Amino acid sequence: MGFSLLRLLVLGLCLLAASSWSLAFQSDELLIDDEEFGLEGGVQSKSHDLGYTRSQPSTTTRKRFSDSDSDSKIQFSLEHAFGDSDFSQTGTFTARLKTWNHGGQTLTKLRFSRNAFTTEDKEKFELLLQSDDFYRIRLPSNVLSPPGKDFVISSVKARCLPRDGLDEHFVIHTDGVNILAVNYGAPGACPYPRQMKLPAKWSFNSHTVLKNSEQAPRAPIFTEEILGGEAGEGEVVKPPERSFWAKYWMYLIPLGLIVMNAITQAMNMPEEQAAGQSAGQTQQPAVVQRGPTSNVRRR
Amino acid sequence: MAMAIRAFLLLFVLFLSSMKPSFSLYEDQVGLMDWHQKYIGKVKQAVFHTQKTGRKRVVVSTEENVIASLDLRHGDIFWRHVLGSDDAIDGIDIALGKYVITLSSNGSILRAWNLPDGQMVWESSLQGIKPSKSISSVPANLKVDKDNVILVFGKGGLHAVSSIDGEVLWKKDFVAESVEVQQIFQPLGSDVVYAVGSDASSQFHVYQINVKNGELLRHNAATFPGGFSGELVLVSTDILVGLDSATRSNLVTINFRDGEISFQQTYVSNLVGDSSGTAALLPSKLPGIFAIKTNALVIFIRVTSEGKLELVGKINDPAVFSDALLISEGHQVFALLQHGDGKIHLSVKPVHDWSSDLLKESTVMDQQWGLVHKIFINNYIRTDRSNGFRALIVMEDHSLLLLQQGEIVWRREDGLASIVDVTTSELPVEKDGVSVAKVEENLFEWLKGHMLKLKGTLMLASPEDVAAIQGMRLKSSEKSKMTRDHNGFRKLLIVLTRAGKLFALHTGDGRVVWSLLLPLLRNSEACENPTGLNIYQWQIPHHHAMDENPSVLIVGRCGRSSNAPAVLSFVDTYTGKEINSFRLTHSVVQVIPLPITDSTEQRLHLIIDVDHHAYLYPRTSEAISRFQLEFSNVYWYSVDRDNGFIKGHVLKGNCIQKLADEFCYDSKDIWSIVFPSDSEKIIAAVTRKLNEVVHTQAKVIDQDVMYKYVSKNLLFVATVPPKASGEIGTATPEESWLVVYLIDTVTGRVLHRMTHHGSQGPVHAVFSENWVVYHYFNLRAHRYEMSVVEIYDQSRADNKDVLKLVLGKHNLTSPISSYSRPEIVTKSQSYFFTHSVKAIAVTSTAKGITSKHLLIGTIGDQVLSLDKRYLDPRRSVNPTQAEREEGIIPLTDSLPIIPQSYVTHALMVEGLRGIVTIPAKLESTALVFVHGVDLFYTRIAPSRTYDSLTDDFSYALLLITIVALIGAIFVTWVLSENKELRDKWR
Repeated sequence: MGFSLLRLLVLGLCLLAASSWSLAFQSDELLIDDEEFGLEGGVQSKSHDLGYTRSQPSTTTRKRFSDSDSDSKIQFSLEHAFGDSDFSQTGTFTARLKTWNHGGQTLTKLRFSRNAFTTEDKEKFELLLQSDDFYRIRLPSNVLSPPGKDFVISSVKARCLPRDGLDEHFVIHTDGVNILAVNYGAPGACPYPRQMKLPAKWSFNSHTVLKNSEQAPRAPIFTEEILGGEAGEGEVVKPPERSFWAKYWMYLIPLGLIVMNAITQAMNMPEEQAAGQSAGQTQQPAVVQRGPTSNVRRR
Repeated sequence: MAMAIRAFLLLFVLFLSSMKPSFSLYEDQVGLMDWHQKYIGKVKQAVFHTQKTGRKRVVVSTEENVIASLDLRHGDIFWRHVLGSDDAIDGIDIALGKYVITLSSNGSILRAWNLPDGQMVWESSLQGIKPSKSISSVPANLKVDKDNVILVFGKGGLHAVSSIDGEVLWKKDFVAESVEVQQIFQPLGSDVVYAVGSDASSQFHVYQINVKNGELLRHNAATFPGGFSGELVLVSTDILVGLDSATRSNLVTINFRDGEISFQQTYVSNLVGDSSGTAALLPSKLPGIFAIKTNALVIFIRVTSEGKLELVGKINDPAVFSDALLISEGHQVFALLQHGDGKIHLSVKPVHDWSSDLLKESTVMDQQWGLVHKIFINNYIRTDRSNGFRALIVMEDHSLLLLQQGEIVWRREDGLASIVDVTTSELPVEKDGVSVAKVEENLFEWLKGHMLKLKGTLMLASPEDVAAIQGMRLKSSEKSKMTRDHNGFRKLLIVLTRAGKLFALHTGDGRVVWSLLLPLLRNSEACENPTGLNIYQWQIPHHHAMDENPSVLIVGRCGRSSNAPAVLSFVDTYTGKEINSFRLTHSVVQVIPLPITDSTEQRLHLIIDVDHHAYLYPRTSEAISRFQLEFSNVYWYSVDRDNGFIKGHVLKGNCIQKLADEFCYDSKDIWSIVFPSDSEKIIAAVTRKLNEVVHTQAKVIDQDVMYKYVSKNLLFVATVPPKASGEIGTATPEESWLVVYLIDTVTGRVLHRMTHHGSQGPVHAVFSENWVVYHYFNLRAHRYEMSVVEIYDQSRADNKDVLKLVLGKHNLTSPISSYSRPEIVTKSQSYFFTHSVKAIAVTSTAKGITSKHLLIGTIGDQVLSLDKRYLDPRRSVNPTQAEREEGIIPLTDSLPIIPQSYVTHALMVEGLRGIVTIPAKLESTALVFVHGVDLFYTRIAPSRTYDSLTDDFSYALLLITIVALIGAIFVTWVLSENKELRDKWR
């Protein structure tokens, strides 16, 4: 029963926190989205793909027990380096490793706790800010047997990070238990002439996103019926209603021009009459013969 | 009724052809703006046609896996077959006087081709387990009435194949014996086949096999301590010669007469005298004689019937010799070719008499052709009934020449069959001032030409005159001039061939304007096995340096491995002279042309070596000062396909090395992507072309503006599981998937990642503007597919507010930084495509306004032009009216192949390897150069030539119309004047 419920939820909520239902304990913490939804839906609001946690420097990760044997908790560490220095540990990612019936494993429910900068770190970071150098981070490429094949490295110009505090944004691309790549940077823009700016607070404001590969759209496969149906459908489809302007602009513009022309004509007319000719504009040709612009008029 | 249907069909076809944006040619337009050249590649082996009555032909096999029959008089190709790239030809021969026998694919496929027309007669595949050396032997005394066998050794077994139908008569396996067979031969007129070879424990084996049934008659073995180095040379039916592997200076004669194997050793120094160092045995087929090569000498040694060795002759090293040729019963000759003071000296000698020469000729050779690599000789009966000889020689630049009577009868530029890289160069600007003499000459020529043309039109011209008129038309035609033209159609194609030779081809008619055998890419002691890698535009004179000639940079390396030292060469593209060349101390894995030029318009290049050091070229202080400004903005990436890494690098500072070099920089990694080795293997990585121009940054979609994400730093990567990286069919759909990535190469950000389940490579991809199109195989649907991914920028989407634009509150002018988090949207769609693909390219035009076409090199060696609109991710089954107006084509599951849209029309570019598109100055037109074994060039206009009049535009009609109009104006003016006058008098 619990299993079928789980299945339903998987389908319904697109893997969203499916495993947590089988747990006896549920955290009241604001959790990170397990997965980013595909971009198929077109425009995406910015907040949609961003689950974020405000990590307290001294958070002790609560021990969680797991009564389901398909889940296990794993930890892997984030390491950082200032410029060309060596890497040192600076934070821990905690995630649930979910084992699927077909044998695949996926990481879900990523949580992140970051150590605060020590004074030494702060000095190093300030140096980075002054020289506009890289702040580098790395993660193991395999979470089960770190570091796996190698570390995945990402870096950002240090001057991109300071805002109010230090804003950082991780996008971790995973494939099962492997981490393919990590993208690290500021959550927003980092305009090019990077200004030297010290953060007001030396605490990190971390956002993390876990990303899996999305499915490619299949090539459309047409069967005979669809093609037949399409032919019948042809006349049913009505062109969408367009606005008045879109429909008749080609008539309206000349009309407008004519009207404007008429107005200017009308403006000129009184002057011409004032010029003293008693003869009207629409006279017989015989009368106009002596007029100065006879040729033009007659054509 | 039938008429009506036909009429309807015709109308329908007309309607279709008017709808499809194809640019098909009329039959008489072929060859007007395209050219096609056929080549065969470097000749490996040649067999002359010995039939007395037949036409004079030679059959050749080449390194491009081509087998061709050439006309001996003119060098034209009678017929030609290009075997697949994995089907290398091991040997050719003529059997039964009418079949050409080829052995290919490491001795596993034997084919017979009909000699006169090249039709395949039979094919038989030889089974075997072990890959081994492959040898084919066709007995020489073939008589048509007997069922003759062809003996083939391949795949670890000896096969006897009937030459009539290709049936395998018997097979003798040598796999169990673990003997590596070196030679097989059948003494003349005997029924015994000898197979000789040695095994791992340096035992030497001789097998005697009955040719009738494959029965093993006798097997002898003897141990030679130390074993042999390299090949054994068969000197006579019972003597072999080899070199011992220990010192390589000790000649071993192996005598196996009557089954008894005896070894006899002779030191090379004893024979030659002053020889020091090692010798190498040259492969030869001369009865009683073999040749060795020491320091700078080629030494011929005769083996007497007692097995004694005696020195016959010594010649200086750059020399080649042919196999023995039987000219009459018991009389064999061979040819010897030596170099000397710009000439080659050919001599033909009888095998048994070194001192006499049957023929001695000298021929002047072009220095650009290099050394002679191979020689094949053939005899003919002269008019005075004596023996004449002709020699087919293969040069260092892979060209093929026929020498006869001391003259070059013909020459084929077959190096062009193996092009490594292509770039273009502009032609010189036409000078205004022309000398008087030239004008006079031109005047005379002009008069003569007009006389000829007049004769032609009055039907008075003789055939010679007609030919002259034709030639004049070709010569005087605008397209083959050596100056720049207004439309930018005339250019030089600079191509680098595998032989290390640089050619400049004129786009007008494809002729070779100049050629240069690069000295640093020639085999020498300092640089063995040099390989040419790429050509880069080094200097394109622009504003500052108009008087300078443009030049190109050729990058190569000494040796095949990537850590071999690099060589650079700079060549002037107008004159074809080498300006400068360097042998570098470091290696080259990547060359980055920087977007910076110095004051003489020389482009700065960074060369990255295997240790990730970057070297700046040109090595001038000005270059450094300009480079320092952009120092922190240089990013590059490297793709390690074997280990599954992609890494990003930046420069760190000057090299910390043994000796200070201010042009050398260290680098550091700033990002890395690691693909799990068990599930993903990189099979394709494609970026945008650096010189591509994007005209429109935005696209209107559903009456809404979408901004294209046109970053130049995008990389498309495709991976498959290692299991599925083999050929199609080796993996099941369940265990195969294709993952595609779009990666920003500055930050290493994965912008998009998408999985195609049940698909596998090979992947061919092309990246242009904001889209990628890639081609792969769908295992589930059993069809090839093509997918498109388009990338749009969301962060600039706010800009479409007109009010904001007016008020200047837009971010269009703010610099774009890769460190900002991009907000992108991708759209993708897949379509089925019928062909498998060899190469994909996209048309590029000067300003990027003209719509794009994909150029697809199909498996049939043709180039198909496919409108990008067919690969629009927005195609739907029922496009709305608005979408139709935008030009969206209704969705179909597969991409159409319209026969008229083949760019190559009726021609084939055999062995197609690459498609290069070059923008012309005329916006509507792109130049297309396709290379493989053949070359093809044409120009195409994807949206038709909207900016120029077509060639068949009637200027006369226009002129007549204008004249008529002017006339009409005058007439009406006079008439109206008259009328007015009349009216006034009324």
